[in-house]
Amino acid sequence: MDKTVADLATAVAGIEDGMVLMIGGFGGSGAPIELIHALIDRYKATGSPGNLTIVNNNAGNGRIGIAAMIDAGMVARMICSFPRSADPRAFTEKYLAGQIGLEIVPQGTLAERIRAGGAGIPAFYTPASYGTDVAKGKPVAEFDGKHYVQERWLKADAALIKAELADRLGNCTYRKAARNFSPLMAAAATLTIVQATKVVEPGEIDPENVVTPGIFVNRVVEVADAKQEEALMREGVAYA
Amino acid sequence: MTTKLSNAQIAWRAAQDIDDGAYVNLGIGFPEMVAKFQPPGKQAIFHTENGVLNFGEAPAEGEEDWDLINAGKKAITLRPGAAFFHHADSFAMVRGGHLDVAILGAYEVAENGDLANWSTGPKGVPAVGGAMDLVHGAKRVAVITDHVTKDGRPKLVKRCTLPLTGVGCVTRVYTSLAVIDIENGRFVLREKLPSLTIEQLQAVTGGELLVPGPIADLVAPEVS
Repeated sequence: MDKTVADLATAVAGIEDGMVLMIGGFGGSGAPIELIHALIDRYKATGSPGNLTIVNNNAGNGRIGIAAMIDAGMVARMICSFPRSADPRAFTEKYLAGQIGLEIVPQGTLAERIRAGGAGIPAFYTPASYGTDVAKGKPVAEFDGKHYVQERWLKADAALIKAELADRLGNCTYRKAARNFSPLMAAAATLTIVQATKVVEPGEIDPENVVTPGIFVNRVVEVADAKQEEALMREGVAYA
Repeated sequence: MTTKLSNAQIAWRAAQDIDDGAYVNLGIGFPEMVAKFQPPGKQAIFHTENGVLNFGEAPAEGEEDWDLINAGKKAITLRPGAAFFHHADSFAMVRGGHLDVAILGAYEVAENGDLANWSTGPKGVPAVGGAMDLVHGAKRVAVITDHVTKDGRPKLVKRCTLPLTGVGCVTRVYTSLAVIDIENGRFVLREKLPSLTIEQLQAVTGGELLVPGPIADLVAPEVS
């Protein structure tokens, strides 16, 4: 078995119009910039994939990554906890103009919904958001004298993930705080696509150190000189 | 004479109540200052929602590693004994009752412990982040805030009017004028600036202050 593919365009093949797409990262930490930009390249060349629903903690920053997808017109809806950033212009303009949808989810609920999606748990109860506007319309139940809100699992057609090391079987490690949502998303998507800063042979990652087991990963592409979103922001880079 | 504490002094006061070895989450913005004022000999372990335990100060400018950030997207450093984990584990620490203290900012705190700190109304882009999770599970949920709004209205109120972050969740409030506990649906005064009478404090507080006995002086050193 070898899950590696030769290039970024091949890696993002099969992501089509109207799909739900999970994108790893918290702010710039763990953002799979090269996979995102490969998808933008295809959209610009072919007009597809558009009408996407994007699941991420945030809603893009500056003119790169998810913000550049929004600018390009590929995104119909965001599911996120915090659609603000140092430069949230791309999302904010479209949101205030009514051109993009938003489902706001408390951050821990977002993580757990994704985890549940990957774990085959269709719903769960959490104390978060009980009694707030965010819980409106959701079932509530009392357990041992406290109130909880029912939340549904979240799954995706595809996930874009940035790993530090990946082997050819898809086992992954992450760098520092860049793992955040990625291990959860890898499990919750039908097609999980990993860009790894280094691809290694099976056995080169100590099994004790594997964070995302390869069973959750479908494709691996090596991006040796992967850019960091925050670093690109500070250089003033625009991907357009 | 001190007429109100600065933000740094409020943060200093909150820091004095954090025990050695306590697991602590500080909300983004103003609450992050609390980390600067830990008393000598007391070392809390700080948690950040994006998956780091036991982080330290910001790195020197130019030394940032942008894969190593806190929930406010600011660069951090690690202390010996730090750990990384994914977001589901991070919020298991939050909701599962494993944090000793969460310290958050506020637009309004009500005498029943309700907190409003995420939305000032329907205008603009809503953003909740981790606040709705953080108010559940930490053993103590403390708020640090100015006692009144910029235009002088009480931030400690009978009932919140802004969208709620959580119901009945706040246990203590550190303000620019006082330290107030929330117990059984009441504001219980613990400390106040020595320059203020209880009547003066009551006049800028939206709910009734319960005064259980002699009130300690709220005194903070000049810090910044």
